[in-house]
Amino acid sequence: MANTYTLISSATVGAVPATSIDFTSIPSIYTDLVLKVSARDTNAIYREIFLTINGSTANGTAKVLSGNGATASSYNATRVEGIGYTNNSTTTANTFTSVDFYIPNYAGSTNKSFSADGVGENNATTAYAELTASLWSQTAAITSISVVLGAASTFAQYSTAYLYGVKNA
Amino acid sequence: MPNPTRIEINCETGVETVIELTDAEVAELAYQAELAAEKKAEEEAQAEAAATAKAALLEKLGITADEAKLLLA
Repeated sequence: MANTYTLISSATVGAVPATSIDFTSIPSIYTDLVLKVSARDTNAIYREIFLTINGSTANGTAKVLSGNGATASSYNATRVEGIGYTNNSTTTANTFTSVDFYIPNYAGSTNKSFSADGVGENNATTAYAELTASLWSQTAAITSISVVLGAASTFAQYSTAYLYGVKNA
Repeated sequence: MPNPTRIEINCETGVETVIELTDAEVAELAYQAELAAEKKAEEEAQAEAAATAKAALLEKLGITADEAKLLLA
């Protein structure tokens, strides 16, 4: 059981949309990382929330269990993913998608696993909730994480990302 | 209208830097978005074609999707 939970850094998107939120020089003093993302896409098409690890978009895979209030499905992805359907300009105004990533042993020397749960909010029939298991098949310690949207889309104002370090998980 | 930014936070120093993308980076992003849209359209077309073929086969066999599932179980 974790006995510490420390905020490492956070960021909030300003008035100008952002293509990524990049956490660099992540210290290796923690056991695990937790990344909490609240995001809204400026565009009108549902896009994914991906993580780029140490500047690399390669060597990632994901298995996603998805539901939207009407249907349930599963799919695979080729990147480290948090959710496939981020709130965007078609969803209710001022609503955001929340995604929590858990990244155990991020500073270790084995391949890195990620679990994520993501939910959108929408005052409509359809709203997405997903559970994701991702793998980054690289043994390097994670020193940087970039939060990005699929198709190079942009985060809307007030989107946030908070990175926490967990010790003795 | 300003170009989109990227936000970089150095976790050792706590310094946050908001970097406006260059025109070249914006053009690259637009290209990537176009590629992604093409890929998505292709995937949707493939999925639609598969669904149409499946429906045609079920009709040819004279069974429902549930009955097909039962056969394959």
